[in-house]
Amino acid sequence: MENPYLPYPVRIDEVITETEDKNLKTFKFVFINPGDEEKFSYRPGQFAELSIAGKGEIPIGIASSPTEKGFVKFTVNKVGLVSTYLHNMRPGNVMGIRGPLGNWYPWEEMEGKNVVIVGGGFAFTTLRSSIVYMLHPENRPKFKDIKVVYGARTPGMLLYKDELKEWEQRDDIEMHITVDGTNDPDWKYNVGYVPPITEQKITSAENAIAIVCGPPIVIKMMQPVLAKLNFPPERIILSLEKRMKCGIGICGRCNLGDQYVCKDGPVFSMAQLKELPPE
Amino acid sequence: MTDKILSKDQVAAFIDSLKKEYQVFAPTEENGKIIWAEANSADGLLWEFSNTTMSPKDFFFPQSECMARFKNDPKAEGGMIMHPEPELERSRVLMNIRPCDAKAFQLLDRIFIQDEVTNDVYWRDKRDKAILVGLACNNPCPTCFCTSVGCGPHHEAGLDILLVDLGDSLLVKPISDKGKALIDDLPDAKKVDKDKAAQLKKTSEASITSGVTMDNVNKRTVLELFDLPYWDRVSESCLNCGTCTFCCPTCHCFDIQDEVKGTDGRRVRNWDTCMSWLFTVHGTGHNPRPTKKERVRQRFMHKFKYIPEKREGEIGCVGCGRCVQLCPVNIDVREVVNQMNA
Repeated sequence: MENPYLPYPVRIDEVITETEDKNLKTFKFVFINPGDEEKFSYRPGQFAELSIAGKGEIPIGIASSPTEKGFVKFTVNKVGLVSTYLHNMRPGNVMGIRGPLGNWYPWEEMEGKNVVIVGGGFAFTTLRSSIVYMLHPENRPKFKDIKVVYGARTPGMLLYKDELKEWEQRDDIEMHITVDGTNDPDWKYNVGYVPPITEQKITSAENAIAIVCGPPIVIKMMQPVLAKLNFPPERIILSLEKRMKCGIGICGRCNLGDQYVCKDGPVFSMAQLKELPPE
Repeated sequence: MTDKILSKDQVAAFIDSLKKEYQVFAPTEENGKIIWAEANSADGLLWEFSNTTMSPKDFFFPQSECMARFKNDPKAEGGMIMHPEPELERSRVLMNIRPCDAKAFQLLDRIFIQDEVTNDVYWRDKRDKAILVGLACNNPCPTCFCTSVGCGPHHEAGLDILLVDLGDSLLVKPISDKGKALIDDLPDAKKVDKDKAAQLKKTSEASITSGVTMDNVNKRTVLELFDLPYWDRVSESCLNCGTCTFCCPTCHCFDIQDEVKGTDGRRVRNWDTCMSWLFTVHGTGHNPRPTKKERVRQRFMHKFKYIPEKREGEIGCVGCGRCVQLCPVNIDVREVVNQMNA
C-alpha cells in the first residue's frame, strides 16, 4: 500500500532563470531512487506537490512532457515561503516530489481534432508539457492543426524562449507569440494582449478544442473571443489554481462546490465550470 | 447473528477479556465534562450520559498527527528525506461510543479512502485496528436530530457491536464479524430482553422531535443553494470561531505543516477549519472565500449539498447536535438547513 503523502526523493539537476525579473525559474529534477520515475507516470496537465522538508509543499503544474525521459521539470514563480526558499536552492540539493496529482487535458477527446492553445503570462507550464507531448513524432499524427497563442508583458517575460524560437520554425505548429508592449526595435512577433491577438489569428472553431491558461483577466477576456469564434463551452478547457494541502481530495480547501480542484481538476471544461459556484 | 446478554456486574470481566488484546477506551466524567479516556476497569463507565463533549474523531484523525520525519541536515547521509511514522502498535476498542459518532466514521471512511491514490494510510491504519462497541441512546438530548439525517439513537451503521442498556443488564447485538467474535461466549438474550430493547428503540426514536427537512435541498442545484440570500443573514452573527468544526464528528479538514528542532524535522497534519480566512488564501493574496459569508456557506453546503452530491445522497452530518450546543452565538444547524430548504 503506497503512502500518498510521502514524496519521492529528488535531486535538483539544473536551475534555469526564465524571465528578466528573475521571479520565474525552471527546476529540473532527477529521481534519487531507481524505479520512482516509472511510478511518477503522468500526463500533460497534471501537477505535483514540490516538497521541501522543513518548509512545506507547493502545488505546481508539471512543465516537462512524459515523452522526455530521465527527469521532470517545473517552472515556479517566487511568491511565498516555499517558492522563495526553492528559488535559493541549487543543483545537487535534495527535496521531494509528491504526485502526479489531479486530472489532465482531455487527450483522448483531442485526438483527430485541431488544437488551439492559448496562454497568458507564466501559466504556460503545462501548456509547454502539452506542446512537447503533441510534437513528439509518435503523437503528432494523432492531432490535426496545432495553433498556439502565447503572450507575456514583455519579451523578457516569456518562458522557454529557446523552445519558442524552435517551434516558430517548424511547419507542424503555428505559433503566435505576443507581448503587451516592448521597446525592442528588433521584436519580430506580435504586440497586443492575448485575447485580441487570438481573435485575429484564430479563425475557426471547427473540429477544434481550445485549452486556455492564464491569469483571471485573460480567462475572463478570452470568453467573448472564444464565444465569437463559436467554441462551445464543452470544447473550452481551463486549468484552475487553488490553495492546496493534501492534493488528493480530502483536506477540504480547494473545492468549487462538490468538485475538488486537486482531484476532480485542475482541468475543467467551461461547460463544467458553469454549473459550479464561482469561487 | 444471535443477540447476547451481558449483566452489568459482568462488564468488568468483559473489559478484562478485551484488554488482553486491545486497549479499551470509553466515555467517563472528568471535571464536569464527558471525555474519552482509557478504561482499565468498569469503574468510571457511564451508562447515563448524553454524549462526550468532543467527538471521538481524534482516535482516527488526531488533532495533531506526525505523518513523517526527516533528518534536518542537508549534508547528512539521507538528510531532508521524509520517512513515514510507524503504524499503530495496538488495536483499540471504543466502548460505549454513540451510534451517531460511529456513523460519522463510516462516512469519513468514504472520504479518506476513495481509490488507489486517495488512500489515507494514517486514517486507514487506525480504523482497521479499532472495534466500535456502541451504546444505544435511550434518552436523546433536545439538540439531537439524528433521525432526520439518516441515523438514529439505536442505529447500527459503522458499529461492530451495539449495546442496549436494559437496566441491570445490556443487550449485546453483534453487527460485524469482528464484533461477533468478541461476544460468542456470552449467553443468548431471551425474547423478553429483545422485546424490551425494541421498545426502548421505539420510545427513543419517538422522543427526537426536532430535525431537518431536505427535500428541497436535494431538488435544488448547487448554484441555486449557493446563491440564496439567506447566507448574508446567517453569517452576520457568526464569529468564525471554528468551535463547530472542532467538535464536529464529520469535519475532517486539515492543514499540513513542517516543524524542525535542531536536526529533527517532522511533517505534521493538524485539524484546520473552513471558518478561517487563511484556510483558502492564495500565495498571491487572492482569497476565494474572503468574508465570513463565503466561509459559513461553505460549511453548510459541504455537509448538506456537496457531500450528498458526491456520495449518492449520503448527508455529511449525523445529527449529534454538538455544534448546536456549543456555538457561542446560537447558530443552529437545524434552522440553517430548514432555511436552505424553505
